[in-house]
Amino acid sequence: MSLFKKFKPEFLSYTATDSGPFKSLFNFKKLWINRILILLCVALIPLICLATFTFMVTKDDTEIEINLRTIRLVSNAKRTISFFVSERKAALSYIIRSNSYEQINNNKQLAIILQSLKESIGGFTDLGVIDASGKQIQYVGPYDLQNVNYSSEEWFKEVAIRNHFISDVFLGFRKVPHLIIAFKHTLPNGAFYVLRATLETERFNQILSDINLSGSEDAFLINKFGTIQTPSRSQGNVLSKTALPVPQYSEHTEVMEVTDSQLRKIVIGYAYIPETPFILMLTEEKTILMQPWRKTRNMIIFFVALSILAILVVVYWVATHLVNQVFLADLKRASTLHEVEQSSKLASIGRLAAGVAHEVNNPLAIINEKAGLMKDIFSYKEEYKHDTKILGLIDSILASVERCGKITKRLLGFARHLDVSIQNVDIRAVIEDVLGFLVKEAEYRSIIVTVDIEEDIPQFETDRGKLQQILLNLINNAFAAMQDNGHLDIKICRVENDFVAVSVKDDGSGIPEEDLKRIFEPFFSTKTKTGGTGLGLSITYGLIQELNGKLGVVSKFGKGSEFTISLPLTNISKKR
Amino acid sequence: MKILLVDDEQELVSTLAERLSIRGIDADWVTSGEEAMEKIQTTPYDLAVLDMKMPRMSGLELRKKIQEIKPHMRYIFMTGHGSAKDFYSASSEEGADCYLVKPVHINTLITKITEVLAQ
Repeated sequence: MSLFKKFKPEFLSYTATDSGPFKSLFNFKKLWINRILILLCVALIPLICLATFTFMVTKDDTEIEINLRTIRLVSNAKRTISFFVSERKAALSYIIRSNSYEQINNNKQLAIILQSLKESIGGFTDLGVIDASGKQIQYVGPYDLQNVNYSSEEWFKEVAIRNHFISDVFLGFRKVPHLIIAFKHTLPNGAFYVLRATLETERFNQILSDINLSGSEDAFLINKFGTIQTPSRSQGNVLSKTALPVPQYSEHTEVMEVTDSQLRKIVIGYAYIPETPFILMLTEEKTILMQPWRKTRNMIIFFVALSILAILVVVYWVATHLVNQVFLADLKRASTLHEVEQSSKLASIGRLAAGVAHEVNNPLAIINEKAGLMKDIFSYKEEYKHDTKILGLIDSILASVERCGKITKRLLGFARHLDVSIQNVDIRAVIEDVLGFLVKEAEYRSIIVTVDIEEDIPQFETDRGKLQQILLNLINNAFAAMQDNGHLDIKICRVENDFVAVSVKDDGSGIPEEDLKRIFEPFFSTKTKTGGTGLGLSITYGLIQELNGKLGVVSKFGKGSEFTISLPLTNISKKR
Repeated sequence: MKILLVDDEQELVSTLAERLSIRGIDADWVTSGEEAMEKIQTTPYDLAVLDMKMPRMSGLELRKKIQEIKPHMRYIFMTGHGSAKDFYSASSEEGADCYLVKPVHINTLITKITEVLAQ
């Protein structure tokens, strides 16, 4: 808050007090806020659009990349598993076609075949021959499954119908997860037998673990009922049900997205392995897959935030500077209008005074002459010559006429000087004229006015009307600052040969230090409630500058103020 | 010494002439420029005291006309109006010797008359 106060534009705390033509043309607060909003819109909308676009594009790209990688991994694994199963299927098909029933139904021969299979392509656990009644008539392998009857097993019924069969992973009689491949062969007499082989599920596990998986990815097989066929890191034990939905059949490798029970988004790559009951599943949490994109996103957010901060600073500065220029121009306009108004007022007062003085002067002259003639007559007549009362009365009339004459002449003189610009000026006469207007107030308020003028002050060329106005303003201000019985000292001296300095010193209220540097600013006033416009000193300052002069002030709060103006004795006409 | 007072204020100009006469100055008075021109034709005056603002013919116009026929006459201007325009028109004109603002003390006027005629 204090930081804002420090950078708070001046026009925000400006309270307009003027009306009419002097009224401010703008609502600066509204103007400022509008500028800021417009500049922010112009700067931020494209930035935010660009950032959003980049955000979406990078996100889409990352998702596409994740999908492609998943499809690639799943497709590779699918091909390997499919090849593994097809190879073993083809081997069994070859055995059943290249050997007679007698050979296959021979335990020793069957053991040799199993041994050959293990040594050539591997992956076989055992082999069995099952007759049409479902009885296993020959068995070679690690378990004791000779004579086991499979007639009630689903797979046996299936193979009897479809000629060959690849099972899901199941426990079977051995109570160990395994899968079988079975082929039916019909004998010339119409009977049939089934050659059944058990495949090691370890080989599936091996294939799946060979996929280049990242830390939390999981690859496993399920069947069409969602039963897990191979070990899974995240979905549970083999032969338990997966919590994930069984994906719809597709010939190709697909990717889908699901939400699990913990509301995590899971990306699933899957493929149906042809001619098997298996579905290969590759799963990963989406948040983990999107990790690299989040880094990019954070970078984008960081740079956008940095840009917004820079834009805010620049926009604040530009808008404030812009509105401040308008504010200053508006102040200057109002100040100039006030100045013109004051000059115009003074000129009007001058013309009015001159008109009144003229109208009054003629009757005054008549009174003067008539009273003078009366005095002449009485002075020459013997009977009135010594009548002091009559002569005294006439003298009193004449004295009053003279006094009125002086007043009208002063008014005429003041007005006359307002009309003329540059002329030779005697500073003593100007001070006398100005004080002439204030002498009665000084008398009523018992203010002692002392004037000290150095003897060697020459006449100099300047604008007498402006000089009168300057001195009148300064002395008026001093009178306003003083209590009754105050002292006003006016001192005029020559400075550095080329300048005349006029100091107006009072023992009034003085100016507080914090206000001292602002007293020449237009509209700065501590008397606005009592009708002060805050323009007196500002106009005085402007007038002194017009005369190529300088204005200085020394003040102590509670002790009084001294205003000193210095005016050039020689150069004003040259400069003009 | 004979002088002519010209002012549209009859009360003023007649009294002033009388007071000057009391002090030994022979002064005639008229209240318009036209009357003044008539007087000038018949009487030789050393000096004219002219009011600057008069109806029909101002003091300055009157002075120009008099100057054509009496080039050596001297003038004192008198006015109740103290505008700068009056002041500068009066003082910049050739032959304008003095400019006084009403009301004028009789002794001041006599002093000025004496001074102007002595120049």
